[in-house]
Amino acid sequence: HGPYQPHEPGYGLDQPGYNPYEDEIPDPQARMLAIKNAKAYLLKTSTKSGLNLYDHFANILTKILDEQPTNTVDIIENISKDVKWAQFRKKMDTLRDEHLIPPTFEAAEKCKALFMKEGGEEEHDELEEEMGQPSLPNVMETAFYFEQAGIGLSKDESYYIFLALKNLINVQPIQTCRFWGKILGLEMNYIIAEVQLREGEEEEETGEEGDETAAEGQKEMGEAEEDEQKEKAPEPPKSTYKPPPEVPKESNGTGTNKYVYFVCNEPGKPWVKLPPVTPAQIVCARQIKKFFTGRLDAPVVSFPPFPGNEANYLRAQIARISAGTHVSPTGFYQFPEDEEEEEGADTYEENPEFEPPPVAEMVESLATWAHHVKGILKQGRCVWINPAQKSEENDEEDEEEEEEEDEEQQEERGPPLLTLISEDEGMKNIPAWTAQASTNLIPEYSVAILQSNRWPGAYAFASGRKFENIYFGWGHKYSPENHIPALPPPAEAEFPSEPGITETVDPTVEEEMAFKAAQEEALAEAEEGEDEEGEDD
Amino acid sequence: LAASLPLVQRDYRFERVWFWGCIQGVRGAYYIAEGLGPDRAAPRSRLYSLNCLDWSLLTPATKEMLALAEQVKGRFQGDPSFEYSLAEIDSETAARLVQSGKEPVIKEEARLIATIEQIDRAVGIVPRGAFVKTPLGSVHENRHFEGLSLVEAKKLSSYFHFTEPVNLKNKTLLEKADLDPATDFLDSLEHDIPRGSWSIQLEKGATVVVLRSLLWLGLTFYHVPMTKQFGYVYFGTGEKNLDLPFML
Repeated sequence: HGPYQPHEPGYGLDQPGYNPYEDEIPDPQARMLAIKNAKAYLLKTSTKSGLNLYDHFANILTKILDEQPTNTVDIIENISKDVKWAQFRKKMDTLRDEHLIPPTFEAAEKCKALFMKEGGEEEHDELEEEMGQPSLPNVMETAFYFEQAGIGLSKDESYYIFLALKNLINVQPIQTCRFWGKILGLEMNYIIAEVQLREGEEEEETGEEGDETAAEGQKEMGEAEEDEQKEKAPEPPKSTYKPPPEVPKESNGTGTNKYVYFVCNEPGKPWVKLPPVTPAQIVCARQIKKFFTGRLDAPVVSFPPFPGNEANYLRAQIARISAGTHVSPTGFYQFPEDEEEEEGADTYEENPEFEPPPVAEMVESLATWAHHVKGILKQGRCVWINPAQKSEENDEEDEEEEEEEDEEQQEERGPPLLTLISEDEGMKNIPAWTAQASTNLIPEYSVAILQSNRWPGAYAFASGRKFENIYFGWGHKYSPENHIPALPPPAEAEFPSEPGITETVDPTVEEEMAFKAAQEEALAEAEEGEDEEGEDD
Repeated sequence: LAASLPLVQRDYRFERVWFWGCIQGVRGAYYIAEGLGPDRAAPRSRLYSLNCLDWSLLTPATKEMLALAEQVKGRFQGDPSFEYSLAEIDSETAARLVQSGKEPVIKEEARLIATIEQIDRAVGIVPRGAFVKTPLGSVHENRHFEGLSLVEAKKLSSYFHFTEPVNLKNKTLLEKADLDPATDFLDSLEHDIPRGSWSIQLEKGATVVVLRSLLWLGLTFYHVPMTKQFGYVYFGTGEKNLDLPFML
């Protein structure tokens, strides 16, 4: 017998330990041993992490079979990593869960509170009937029209704002109310409502002013006492600097302060009333450009230093935006018949005979829109006032000096109310307004949309008799050039140069010697003169 | 949009198409869409449309275009064939162009291309972990990405610029050891100059985190924590906010 071929029975018999039937009945002992070795190897715990490969594989397979992700083979490594991480996560899970719950639920509670107020309305209804119905703006309708133009907030947010405005009306005595818009900030945003209060509310303001004058009176008393003490010691030269007379702010209900504004950070949070704006704040706001942080009490650090905090800056920007971009279809408002012809016209009323021009016309020509808010003059007010008139309170001497300055300040005239916006200047070659129709596909129902280029974010729409203005943006004016901060004013001259104060060069040694010699000569001459006189006697 | 973008995807054989945003010109608006092939980090193809129906492909941006477009200031006009006369803006480059035989103008289309490229490069952001880099260098979406947690979502360091990293090599060795080369191959937002040029806000009761860029006003990025949803969109005038240092 030679070497057996594999297909012959008996192949391999000559090798020790070889079982002819191995391919049919594997030797349980050897195989079991191999399996046990392999399993023992897999169970060997790693020295680093205390895990072992066997358990790890079991966990991975369990997870895969449970979750059955798509394309498992591509992400197998990540699954493996996650299973390993899961070993360590268990202890920290409970802590994390508790931490994560609050923010979402707090917000949901606040929103729920908005909805809850509907239950308390029944009591208010009776009161409202006595005092007259305040007009709640239909925010959802406005949002619908603006949505045609692609502008606006999500429906959820609009509805929350709607409810928050309703809340505001229930709390404050309000005559008319309007959703003005939303200004974005760094940390939080502002939602702003434009409101006209009923007349009783304005008395609170005068109370505050009375307090201020009382404080000033006390300050003057204190200064008078100090002056008396100072007069004993030689006083430093008095400064000839007189600060420019302060332009008084416009009273509530007129001009820039025609409306009162309430803000809140999110619907559901309490509404805060913004203080009325002073002309100095508007003048300063024109010169600076700052982002809003979202907190009303944040200081506004800028040059020139802004008189006030973020609430004042916000109010000033709102006033500028309203004055610059609140428009309505021409003819919707008209002057009442018995008004004077000066520019002091402040009131307007709805024109009952207004016929809205078709949408196509409103888009094509800007002459169909008109401002219905007065523009702000350079002085910072809507109606120019001569600051010298206030000098009646000061001494008579000051009056005389200020009259001379009056000649330099000319009376400012702003554009009269109800000017057409086609007269707005553009910047360089950009017109001040861009008009579009909301859709070209269905002209019967399209809405005329107006975008402002001077204040990016200000929009207005008109459709038939309905029109509305709104603002969504950061709250800054558009300028083609970069913003240049104001240069600091030149340093004041310290004191007038008088001979008593001016420094002169110290005399040099030669000059001193010459002076001394001259003095001695003069003395000698005087002595000789006396001697001579003495001799004469 | 929903009708025309899938058609664009079919025609240009993109793997993914999305709506990038809208640049508002004075007389009209440009709607921009971007499309990508399988490699997410490849230069993207951009298309623009004036009416959301007909899309035209834009050529990729060249360095020349970028340099010229930085000179042009002011709003977009809304007309792609509008030509800005360079002679007024920068007489040197105008002279150079004339010498090389071209006209000293820059078309609005080129300015558009350059602006989109700049915006994407400067403020196109993605959350950390959303994309992985394979050892071969190509970048894929991470199908295992489950969203950032709420705590991570509030931090600027969990968002990356989706462009070639600039600062990555400057980090100290200690920081580099913590990085995971598969996911941390991009620049994070923390070191953006000037500091504070991003505004992070949680909206809707902390269910959505919104980042707004203050350098390019109008770029908004959103992400829903613990889910895979994120994205950014630009709605604005297409101008860089160079006053940023004064405004912070």
